[in-house]
Amino acid sequence: MNWFRRLTSGLARSSNRLVEGIARAVGRGGLDAAALEALEEALIAADLGPSVASRLIDGIRNRRFDKGADEVAVREALAEEIAAILAPVARPFAPDPARRPHVVLVVGVNGSGKTTTIGKLARALAADGRRIILAAGDTFRAAAVSQLRIWGERTGSRVVSGAEGADPAALAFEALQAARADGADVLMIDTAGRLHNKTDLMAELAKVVRVIKKLDPDAPHDVLLVLDATTGQNALAQVETFRSMVAVNGLVVTKLDGSARGGVLVAIAEKFALPVVAIGVGEGVEDLSAFSPAEFARSLLGLSPQI
Amino acid sequence: MFETLTAKLGDVFERLKRRGALAEGDVDAALREVRVALLEADVALPVVKDFIAGVKLKAIGQEVIRSVSPGQMVVKIVHDHLIDTLGATAVEINLRAVPPVPILMVGLQGSGKTTTTAKLALRLTQRDKKKVLMASLDTRRPAAQEQLAVLGQQTGVVTLPIIAGQDPVAIARRAVEAGAREGYDVVLLDTAGRLAIDDELMAEAAAVRDATKPAETLLVADAMTGQDAVNLARAFNEKIGITGIVLTRVDGDARGGAALSMRAVTGRPIKLIGIGEKLDAIDVFHPDRIAGRILGMGDIVGLVEKAAETVEKEEAEKLARKAAKGEFDFDDMAAQLRQLRKMGGLSGVMGLLPGVGKIKKQMAEAKVDDRIVRRQEAIIGSMTKAERRDVRLLNGRRRRRIAKGSGTTVEEVNRLVKQYMEMGRMMKQVTKLGQKGVMRAGMASLFRR
Ligand SMILES: Nc1nc2c(ncn2[C@@H]2O[C@H](COP(=O)(O)OP(=O)(O)OP(=O)(O)O)[C@@H](O)[C@H]2O)c(=O)[nH]1
Ligand SMILES: Nc1nc2c(ncn2[C@@H]2O[C@H](COP(=O)(O)OP(=O)(O)OP(=O)(O)O)[C@@H](O)[C@H]2O)c(=O)[nH]1
Ligand SMILES: [Mg+2]
Ligand SMILES: [Mg+2]
Repeated sequence: MNWFRRLTSGLARSSNRLVEGIARAVGRGGLDAAALEALEEALIAADLGPSVASRLIDGIRNRRFDKGADEVAVREALAEEIAAILAPVARPFAPDPARRPHVVLVVGVNGSGKTTTIGKLARALAADGRRIILAAGDTFRAAAVSQLRIWGERTGSRVVSGAEGADPAALAFEALQAARADGADVLMIDTAGRLHNKTDLMAELAKVVRVIKKLDPDAPHDVLLVLDATTGQNALAQVETFRSMVAVNGLVVTKLDGSARGGVLVAIAEKFALPVVAIGVGEGVEDLSAFSPAEFARSLLGLSPQI
Repeated sequence: MFETLTAKLGDVFERLKRRGALAEGDVDAALREVRVALLEADVALPVVKDFIAGVKLKAIGQEVIRSVSPGQMVVKIVHDHLIDTLGATAVEINLRAVPPVPILMVGLQGSGKTTTTAKLALRLTQRDKKKVLMASLDTRRPAAQEQLAVLGQQTGVVTLPIIAGQDPVAIARRAVEAGAREGYDVVLLDTAGRLAIDDELMAEAAAVRDATKPAETLLVADAMTGQDAVNLARAFNEKIGITGIVLTRVDGDARGGAALSMRAVTGRPIKLIGIGEKLDAIDVFHPDRIAGRILGMGDIVGLVEKAAETVEKEEAEKLARKAAKGEFDFDDMAAQLRQLRKMGGLSGVMGLLPGVGKIKKQMAEAKVDDRIVRRQEAIIGSMTKAERRDVRLLNGRRRRRIAKGSGTTVEEVNRLVKQYMEMGRMMKQVTKLGQKGVMRAGMASLFRR
């Protein structure tokens, strides 16, 4: 499905006012109030949140545009500002080949796309010639193990699993032992979805990390937090809590093939400066992309991805 | 972040220092704050605009009641309008159709459809004594059909046998036929997640609808959803036609503005909410609670019920007896602190308390957060058994030892001891109020500095 189609929809109304505003603004320097408001609304509708949106608009308020400037030019200028904020956090996922195994813990709230993302990452790494082991650390949700097994089959990765309801920390420990014995390059540990405000479940996650460290004090080498692009301002609280509990060092934003734009990422990038290592753009095994700040920023403003 | 809308509006009207009827200028200033509060709570922009316009009509010229401030008055109007928009009364699942009554579950990927299907099945079985059949039409997601089958085993609800290779419409037909043949009251149809802009899959869901004529088509959506809520609700309603909404993950700390967005653009009621991963974690929708959350005004009912849920009944009774006799000790305090963390920590509890704008501000200034609770637990953990029983033992030397043992400071130990005394005193006073009162008073004294 064409995931760029959405870019042009839903902006018609604010667009009009922006066009009129620009027409009035050209030559006088600076956009007028209606044009600025239209831009601000576009940002809010993309989930940037009211405070980030208004700050960005303040930044562009006194900007002068050329006589020939049209609506697209104004949007592009703003997209560039946003891309500049996001540029420092674009960093591809790169497990260290020297480690055997490089341990990756994947965490996030329920249904955000953790298991699917593990499958996609496994495919990308396998294509790179790495040997992957997956640990079915979600011992809670019905058929979570079977789901990961299918991803294991699809990507030719071995899956280590335990009994239903087993202790995820013990399973992670076993999986790391198995990965070592196997000489695997990367161990990816799936975890059950958990809301960040559930203290007991967050403590369970911290325990997984503690137990892994008994075998390898440097592990997990990556802790990836999977965020759903459909999520609004609550994503900030998710990042804050997961980061403080398990030292998250990378983000994956999923479901960017939908109509949600994931603009809360701008506030997250400013506040936490966590690298965005990949984005999810579909349910298939290949639907993982590198995070491009320019493309992402342009999509927030309803612009086509290429310049 | 910590400020409540009431506090913000208080500031707006403070500056105006006016009385009497609300004038347009005052209302506009207040509504700018309301707008930001709603946007921060993830209410979608077009819905915010309509909402603000509606409130403005109601507010201008409204007499301010003597005993309340203009800020409170506006909050009241906003709150009432919010409840009106959300739907003032709970709407039940419609089962008035010839059995087996088909119910279709639809929504985005990962929103909670399969889990909600099992929860609803359990609820209809236990509460309404219905004979329920569940069927998964999800032929796409890995192990989706198996997931529902496992949930069927866990709930004791029958699931339609899986036939590999069948398409969703064929499975739906087979489910309804089996339902009729085997005398089921309700047939729940779980579907694969789909994007609002995925025309092909939306058409597939419409085909399932046409084949089964569901009495209810429920849109299952996540309470954490942002601005996209309007797009998705509108698309599902236009392309499939929904009769109600189920809001999941209300047990999280999202403000839940999506509830208002979806209700406003579809006109369909929010029928149920998901409040946990367990299969009994489903409830009817209480508009007043979500309204308070969206506005950041807190919810005393929610607090009390949440407290009552979490506290083991006996523990509370034991505590009440001990408090009455003045035997409340540090072990009890530690139990309370654990309880506090279980309830989602200070921030969780604070989100539920009414009128805590000021306290929250103080707490933010004093940097009170969940880490402090942990430090307090560590302090108690470093006391000897005898010290935990008898506060009088805690002389300077012992306090220094405890501070060292727990990696805290003597000041922190002193503060904890002070809070402990305060807590014991408060609990003694309110024992008359029963368990809930004890819990609340105990917690409240923890927030005091
Ligand atoms: N459209 C789309 N769907 C996705 C994407 N990533 C995941 N999904 C879908 O989202 C749903 C949930 O994905 P999972 O990988 O099971 O999510 P999870 O975080 O492991 O869920 P829990 O383990 O239950 O917490 C599935 O239907 C996936 O196919 C994506 O990038 N785009
Ligand atoms: N905390 C919490 N978790 C929930 C709730 N409802 C569902 N979940 C969790 O959310 C995750 C996804 O739930 P599913 O029922 O698999 O979602 P789905 O919509 O069927 O997903 P797809 O079929 O992949 O589109 C699981 O981890 C569930 O346990 C809820 O109300 N609260
Ligand atoms: Mg999973
Ligand atoms: Mg499902």
